[in-house]
Amino acid sequence: MLSALEGSQALAQAVGLCRPGVVAAYPITPQTHIVENISKLVADGRLRCELVSVESEFSAASVALGAAASGVRAYTASSSQGILLMAEVLYNISGMRIPMVMTCANRAVGAPLNIWNDQQDSMAVRDSGWIQLYCADNQEAVDTTIQAFRIAERTEVPVMVCVDGFVLTHTLEPIDLPTQEQVDRFLPPYHFSRALDSRNPLSLGTCVDPSFFTEARHSQHQAVLRATTEIMAADRDYAGIIGRSGGGLLSVVGPAEADVAILALGSVCSTVQESMQLFPQDRPVKLIKLRAYRPFPMAALREVLQGVRDLVVLERAIAPGSGGIVGMEVRSLATTLTQLPRIHNYAVGLGGRDVPIEIYPRLVEAITRADEPAWFEIFDLEPEKLPVEDR
Amino acid sequence: MTTTDDTAVETSVDTTTDIAARKAALRNRLKDKRGSNEAPARAGTAFSIAELREHQPAFRGLEAGHRACQGCGEALGARLVAESAGPDVILTNATGCLEIFTSPWPQSAWRVPWIHSLFENSAAIAAGVEAAMKHLGKSTKVIAQGGDGGTFDIGFQALSGMLERMHNVLYVCYDNEAYMNTGVQRSGSTPHAAATTTSPAGLERMGKRHLKKDLLSIIAAHHIPYAASASVAYPVDLRRKVRRAMEVEGPTFLQVHCPCPLGWGHESSVTVEVARLAVQTGLFPLVEFERGEVAGVMPLRNPKPVTDYLKLQNRFRHLFSNDPRAREEREHLQALADHTIEKFNLRGEEADPLDSEGADTVRRGGLVA
Ligand SMILES: Cc1ncc(C[n+]2csc(CCOP(=O)(O)OP(=O)(O)O)c2C)c(N)n1
Ligand code: SF4
Ligand SMILES: [Mg+2]
Repeated sequence: MLSALEGSQALAQAVGLCRPGVVAAYPITPQTHIVENISKLVADGRLRCELVSVESEFSAASVALGAAASGVRAYTASSSQGILLMAEVLYNISGMRIPMVMTCANRAVGAPLNIWNDQQDSMAVRDSGWIQLYCADNQEAVDTTIQAFRIAERTEVPVMVCVDGFVLTHTLEPIDLPTQEQVDRFLPPYHFSRALDSRNPLSLGTCVDPSFFTEARHSQHQAVLRATTEIMAADRDYAGIIGRSGGGLLSVVGPAEADVAILALGSVCSTVQESMQLFPQDRPVKLIKLRAYRPFPMAALREVLQGVRDLVVLERAIAPGSGGIVGMEVRSLATTLTQLPRIHNYAVGLGGRDVPIEIYPRLVEAITRADEPAWFEIFDLEPEKLPVEDR
Repeated sequence: MTTTDDTAVETSVDTTTDIAARKAALRNRLKDKRGSNEAPARAGTAFSIAELREHQPAFRGLEAGHRACQGCGEALGARLVAESAGPDVILTNATGCLEIFTSPWPQSAWRVPWIHSLFENSAAIAAGVEAAMKHLGKSTKVIAQGGDGGTFDIGFQALSGMLERMHNVLYVCYDNEAYMNTGVQRSGSTPHAAATTTSPAGLERMGKRHLKKDLLSIIAAHHIPYAASASVAYPVDLRRKVRRAMEVEGPTFLQVHCPCPLGWGHESSVTVEVARLAVQTGLFPLVEFERGEVAGVMPLRNPKPVTDYLKLQNRFRHLFSNDPRAREEREHLQALADHTIEKFNLRGEEADPLDSEGADTVRRGGLVA
């Protein structure tokens, strides 16, 4: 049944449907509404879980770690400064192979202080060993959140569900929430094989010296790579029970044989998609919605990039001094294709700058006009605002 | 490094909680080894090894065979805490010496469930474990552990939050008064004038310039049910305090004074003596707080001069030079001790102010001159 829900409200209900035992809550815009809504579910007796309102994001992640390690399904959510504050714990959770789920309501990272949406925060922790799934709309965010628990628990790799701040978290959309019975069928009760239990004492988080550290990292890398299988399986089983896919590793909109492609992550996919409908162009173009960024779905990407001559990679973040983050990875993957596409790497919508609905025709125009593909450019830069030397 | 005949246990061991069975197994092992039930008595002692073993606590949460330095006060403190707490516990551990010397993978010296995450989040991990226990309806007690660096300094915020939220967690700080694991750097707990590698004594400095943070009062100001200081020199008192804290439903805190021979610069054979002198001089008072109020102190009938304590340790060696500032700092430390004795009224001649099970024992054992 469809109901009009704010993104955060829908996410809170989705988390509730997964029956978490412990939720750690700490406010930060634009994530706050999620933990507020969960708090209300608990206060109203609609969700039986321990809600721990911590004193920092560092403790939010730590509380979730402790709970998940004790055999209880755990969840937290954060954004921006909060994600960076918990960065040390994020590495710790994944390194210890603790399954848990976190929502990152994507927001720019200061300075300059900015509460609006881009994806610098989750990109800053892309190498923390977490699975990262990016959602194009709120329905996807709901479905991905529910799937995330199963993926995390089967792989013992934590999952970060990336949901664009404001654009999704604060937007009302018609959402179809699965029923409790459906979610229960999809998601079995939490079981953690290494749970802290006084009847079976284990030591977790021990010190590993050079004789084994390399192997521990190798196993972790393999586990995240192997998660591609689980992500696909979860999506398939979810579709079987609930009747809808969450977006797989990636999905393609438009003609599969198109030799122009736009690759993006998150809500900008929806903007581009709508723009494509509103402003059809002569050249056939396909949109690649990358849902799984970690693991980086190399095989699936290679398949959809085969035969592409012009590839636009859209970024919502920047690596100062280098350029595009996703672009760089796609570029290195593209070297393994039989035909190397021209890669145009653009950042758009940094710090909440609106991605205009004309984005699609503008991109097509830009790549058509370009003699040389843009190695990296900020697409919506307004140079006239800058001093001459910075333009 | 300590050498013992025990080896550290494997990371995942099943604990035999059946005490009788354990003792029987031990007797059988001794019998197999020696062909008789009785082990030969050690020269000069009335007890046989087997008998001594029998008298040891039946449950050891922290096994021997770990890699602490000889005479490590922290190892002693943690052993006492773990054995008094019993098997139905989950321990968290901040990064630091205790964590490192007990858990070199694939070995672990812990016979109780134990988790180390980071340096500054032992209390928050414990809060998460406790929330999970609540959700599961389990009564397993959660004990968070950290060094003074992990407690006074970097982990202080998480600790304060855990106490404020009233988690049912006993937090134990093993206070060896510096960052030992990284090679003896000053912490908020390092006493005034002590030399560490980041507060060295030199022409311009007499060791640490600042005072030891009065953490216990800050903790007590959270109005938690129970907070106390203890010392490895007073094991009966320490055990009692652990048991007391274990009984409380809610947050409790123990600051255990643990000499570090390496960092303090004393012989590893005098750890207990040094710890005892810290108490007897009034520099480390043993006090108990209930809901923010002083509820008990270990009385000092005859406080010793602080120099008795200082002179055993290299970290205070510069206080015995000819430099006039050295005398000044010695007097300063004596004044601090005197102040503490006044403040907690440690010199009482009358009956002990409150509960004194451990204090009594200790006094009989040697505190009263
Ligand atoms: C965030 C962070 N900063 C610094 C360190 C380095 N470090 C590890 S243990 C330690 C000192 C521990 O001191 P303390 O808590 O007093 O425990 P001790 O070793 O003295 O028992 C330091 C500084 C770290 N592991 N993590
Ligand atoms: S350095 Fe000090 S605290 Fe660390 S193991 Fe050695 S004696 Fe113990
Ligand atoms: Mg220390």
